[in-house]
Amino acid sequence: MMKIKTPKKGRVKRELDKRAPKLVETGKKTLILQGTKTSGTLNCVLSEIYHLKKGGAVRFTRKNDNIRPFESGGETSLEFFSLKTDCSIFVYGSHSKKRPNNLVIGRMYDHHVYDLVEVGVENFKSIESFTYDKKIAPRVGSKPFIAFIGEGFENVDELKHLKEVLLDLLRGEVVENINLAGLDRAYICTAISSNKVYLTHCALRLKKSGTVVPRMELVEVGPSMDLVVRRHRLPNEGLRKEAMKTAKDQPKKKVKNVSSDAIQGTIGKIYIPDQKVGEMALPNKAKGVKRERREAKNKEANEHASKKQKEESE
Amino acid sequence: DELVKECLQEGTKLVQAVADNLFNLPSTEDVDGPLVKLPPPTTKLPREKHLPKPKPPTKWEEFAKKKGIKNRKKDKVVWDEQTGTWKRRFGYDRVNDDKDIPIIEAKMTDEPGEDPFAKRQDDKKKRVEKQEKNRLQNLKQAAKLGALPSHVQLAATALPITGTQAPPKKVTKDELGNVAGMAATSTASGGKFDRKLPEEKPAKKQGKHRKFLPVVEGSGIGSREKEQTENVLNKLISKHSHEILNVDKAVTMYNVKKEKKGRNRKNQEGRSSSTSNKLKPKKQLHKKGAKKGPGSSKKGKA
Repeated sequence: MMKIKTPKKGRVKRELDKRAPKLVETGKKTLILQGTKTSGTLNCVLSEIYHLKKGGAVRFTRKNDNIRPFESGGETSLEFFSLKTDCSIFVYGSHSKKRPNNLVIGRMYDHHVYDLVEVGVENFKSIESFTYDKKIAPRVGSKPFIAFIGEGFENVDELKHLKEVLLDLLRGEVVENINLAGLDRAYICTAISSNKVYLTHCALRLKKSGTVVPRMELVEVGPSMDLVVRRHRLPNEGLRKEAMKTAKDQPKKKVKNVSSDAIQGTIGKIYIPDQKVGEMALPNKAKGVKRERREAKNKEANEHASKKQKEESE
Repeated sequence: DELVKECLQEGTKLVQAVADNLFNLPSTEDVDGPLVKLPPPTTKLPREKHLPKPKPPTKWEEFAKKKGIKNRKKDKVVWDEQTGTWKRRFGYDRVNDDKDIPIIEAKMTDEPGEDPFAKRQDDKKKRVEKQEKNRLQNLKQAAKLGALPSHVQLAATALPITGTQAPPKKVTKDELGNVAGMAATSTASGGKFDRKLPEEKPAKKQGKHRKFLPVVEGSGIGSREKEQTENVLNKLISKHSHEILNVDKAVTMYNVKKEKKGRNRKNQEGRSSSTSNKLKPKKQLHKKGAKKGPGSSKKGKA
């Protein structure tokens, strides 16, 4: 016996619809959490990442003992949190002697772990340590420029993976139109060596130049850190293929007899078969119009007439 | 830091290149600034959730497609001939409501003794149930294909028969022995007249656990309630307070206080004693009055 459960409140229905899978996806929400032990620098890193992604991030402040992303059984808690908060990227920070200042950035597909990258943070400089003119500070939620410098991002496997993950993390909301006046931040990632990346966040200052395009000036604003790639786990091939499928891959079915014109817009062709006027059925069958009835009446009239004649004759 | 400067320089170059392309795109003017439509993305990133599967057509939809039945748009209000007004199609005060029918003519097929109005209501209920059943079947089919609408959940109301049963609760020996006694206390006579099994032991605390006195006033038992309440009241209002006041205790308290005062005076000889002297006797007088106050007044009355 099954019962159909639908939400009684409109608000609940709207929330459920927001979390449903969509054809074209908007940005992923980020989950920021900690492990058993964190250092001071790591706490700063996590809180600053949270500030950078204020609009679409959830921060958990308690320690979680049972999360071990790279082990097969240690991901259940992460998947549960991802399901409850509807987050598809997570940043997990932990500190141990073997892996100091460890950050695991991972992504989820259908609330199951898709891929992971483990990086160590070195030379972290927080936002407060930079002095700059407050007017050019980037606003929350603005779309950033993301630049990757170095051939390592093309050649080295780990750096390629890190590039993809960083793109996903720093992207923000997915939009079709952009307001050019609202461009005020840029993330610069430089591959220093085969496993080290220098990441920094800068504000943009647009200066007047001769043409329509303004001259860009970068001012270091936000946190800057050295990321050392330690481990990474790529997704399975099958899972990757499924996750990379987009709605546009299915070719749009060609609609027949429809063409579009620049002047007139969409034109359609209609083919009308020949009308057989005599064989068509009339829609309003008025009583008097029916032929059989008419014939029957005529017959009756004739009979009456003949009968009368007979009587008269008799 | 030289490294940092180099990075920034390279970064500026890259950002400039991207911005060049961006600003050259066709733009529309908006309130805050020029709005630009972005070209489709080149780098593919993995999705976060699976592609939504299209809903399978319901049984009615399949039938309608086969027969060529098109959906017709219906109005919210319909003209009601009987009252001559526009009424709702459904809901409160609707057009063809069951309760508005005054007379139902009997047909040859009707059985005598059958209420036609009740029959109409039953028919409607059956139709609604059938519709709900069909809806459930459609949703189950959709759930099988993984295309259930996001706000709908199918919940099982009863457990399957093949599931594991919960282990039976273990009752302790004492509990079992007391069960009959516990049931007995709920009877009016405290389980005194309950039929007992041949080997059952009598309950531990027999009979009623509370005794209620009759409310009716009178002599003997009838006046006991009055006595009870009188005792309680007397204690509260302290009618015979000279009995309540423990004279010995009061005397010792007074003496102790006097000794303390004497000691304090000796200590404070050097300090300001005049003000303290003035304050203290007043305090004492006040307290004495408070103690004997109610007693003296009540004495007068009694």
